[in-house]
Amino acid sequence: MSDVLWIRNGRVVDPANHRDEPGDLFAVDGLLVESLSRAQKKSARVIDAAGLVVAPGFVDIHVHLREPGQTHKESIATGSRAAAAGGFTTIVCMPNTAPPADNVGTIQQIQDAIRRDAVVNVHPTGCITRNMAGEALANIGSLRKVGIVAITDDGRCVQNNEIMRRALEYAHMFNLPVMDHCQDASLTEEAVMNEGCWSLRLGLKGWPNAAEDIIVSRNTILAAYTQASIHMQHISSRYAVSLIRRAKARGIPISAEASPHHIALTDESCRFYDTNFKMNPPVREEIDRQAIIEGLLDGTLDCIATDHAPHTDYEKDMEFDRAPFGVIGMETALAVSLENLVHAGHCDLPFLISLMTAKPSQILRLGKGTLSPGAEADICVFDPDESWVVDSDRFQSRSANCPWNGQRLRGRARFTLVRGRLVWDGQQILDPDG
Amino acid sequence: MTDHQAWTRKDLITIEDLSREELEAIFSMAAAFKETLTRSQKKLPSLRGKTIVNLFLEPSTRTRVAFEIASKRLSADVVTITSQASSLVKGETLRDTALNIQSLNADLLVIRHSAPGSPLYLSRLLRIPVINAGDGAHEHPTQALLDTFTLREKLGNLQGKKVTILGDILFSRVARSNIWALRKLGADVTLAGPATLVPKTFESLGVTVLHDLKSALADADAIMLLRIQHERQSAIHFPSLGEYTSMFGLNKRRAAWLKPDAIIMHPGPINRGVEIDSDLADSDRSVILEQVTNGIVCRMAVLLLCASTQAISQQPDTA
Repeated sequence: MSDVLWIRNGRVVDPANHRDEPGDLFAVDGLLVESLSRAQKKSARVIDAAGLVVAPGFVDIHVHLREPGQTHKESIATGSRAAAAGGFTTIVCMPNTAPPADNVGTIQQIQDAIRRDAVVNVHPTGCITRNMAGEALANIGSLRKVGIVAITDDGRCVQNNEIMRRALEYAHMFNLPVMDHCQDASLTEEAVMNEGCWSLRLGLKGWPNAAEDIIVSRNTILAAYTQASIHMQHISSRYAVSLIRRAKARGIPISAEASPHHIALTDESCRFYDTNFKMNPPVREEIDRQAIIEGLLDGTLDCIATDHAPHTDYEKDMEFDRAPFGVIGMETALAVSLENLVHAGHCDLPFLISLMTAKPSQILRLGKGTLSPGAEADICVFDPDESWVVDSDRFQSRSANCPWNGQRLRGRARFTLVRGRLVWDGQQILDPDG
Repeated sequence: MTDHQAWTRKDLITIEDLSREELEAIFSMAAAFKETLTRSQKKLPSLRGKTIVNLFLEPSTRTRVAFEIASKRLSADVVTITSQASSLVKGETLRDTALNIQSLNADLLVIRHSAPGSPLYLSRLLRIPVINAGDGAHEHPTQALLDTFTLREKLGNLQGKKVTILGDILFSRVARSNIWALRKLGADVTLAGPATLVPKTFESLGVTVLHDLKSALADADAIMLLRIQHERQSAIHFPSLGEYTSMFGLNKRRAAWLKPDAIIMHPGPINRGVEIDSDLADSDRSVILEQVTNGIVCRMAVLLLCASTQAISQQPDTA
């Protein structure tokens, strides 16, 4: 007896197939189908999506799941549950674990944990360099054989241009994407927030836009010479946006992402030294925030990715200088993006959904993010207008370092399905093991 | 002391937060204390039975001793903890250290810390008053209070007076607190020094930034020098102390660009022969040592005001 799913009466939005219409969505045995037979309809599990949007499950190509080594912050189990609660069905985890994912054994350990504990699709990335030290290439080809979808030294941007060049050439041989956190370290020593009027007032060491702009330029030049594509992570600076725009116009193979916090917040949010606003790269000025939004609207920036970066309360409850960088994002990404892009009038709902589904999937060639017949039934059903108050104590994530805690936002995932199986019902995770 | 009513704060964290009325309340109380300094019996009973803890996690002589003396003049018991003598070297967090101090029945905490914002953080964590004795490059409110108190003694009302601050502004909490205090008191503030240490971004605080020393000093009523902190800056902010002195050091010739009766101030410790010529530091125009004395009475005022607010706000609990 096959498993039949029937999602009824929703607004079905599938940007990759230019679909936006009231209707139903069907799946049989975890794969989407165009229609159901009468008999199948009788046996179907029915989800009533009246008043709700039915979209491809979201894809987040930038999350930190902290496993192995830092599972007091997050794990593949808790992080994948946070993903499901946020409407994400496919996530890509960064390699800055302890030890770093620069070797086959660690990747296999991660893959084991994914098979054992994950409730959504999780893909690992590997390091560009050994120990993320920026000095010698990791065994990139071997890492690829055990299933990494990209390489990155996220958080520890490769400073040496020669190493970056060779990494690009080498990875290009396997068609393996390279992702880069664009930060010139010499300009950001001890920096903890955006450099500007607020850092000056608060007496905090500033992280200038130029540190990002310089590496974005460097990467653009290397991509042009090697023809290897580089994906620039969490762009935060207005000038970086214009550099990427011009490079794309010249046909250079680069892509870029923006995080929900960079389209929502500015550096003024650091004014009370709340470490839940300390992240890297930092949130910047209003003019940067507007430039990031414009970049998303005109395609300069290809997608939204959260940079979900969990830290415990006792690690974050510190002097601002000493607290670690990062905020969690998967359980608020939909609402924050809706508020700042759709509800704010910048774009329509299908466009936002494309930024969170097919577009990020294409960057890493994950084959996800559509509702095409035959595709795996990874689905997010959400209410774009539901108003809710963020309560980080109720998150699925093990950590609570959320800048929106206590705030009222609109838009929430009501059902998340992975290969047709309901994993989030709007209130709780439905564990396969009970 | 009728201005007492203007003060309702438990803590003194920044000058930026204060109103002009609150500044006046501190000044009038400090002025009253200053009269008592010349008595042979200097001790007042105001804080008898109270325990004040000075948590100094960065080196300090002047500020620490001034807080100790101010506390003792008010008959409080004082305990000073320095970073090497604290459990912070064993890895205890600031949060835990502070909660322990509160549990030791301290009545007030004075904190100096290299991390900006840490006094604000503690003020939100603790029931007892917290006084900022300098937090990184953020603020040093009691220094600005004693500086502006001294300026008012010498110049009277500061409305429209031109005060120039010269030196390392970028890393200076003293400069930031003085900018707020001077602006609130109506003075025109000019910042001067090399572009690397005095970025134009400071103009967002309502001040003028000049890199030409002559125009910065022209017609100033007072000049505040800041110490060039060579332990904090490497060769990237200016090439050498010698070059700094040759371009921005205050000497007799340059002091002549000031108003004839202008005063020279410095929060200390001074580097003689670097930011100021030795003889100028000792000249009649220098009020550097008066600043130190005024540091006692201004801190007495702050301690008493914050401790009294706490006493008032605690009354409903005990009733």
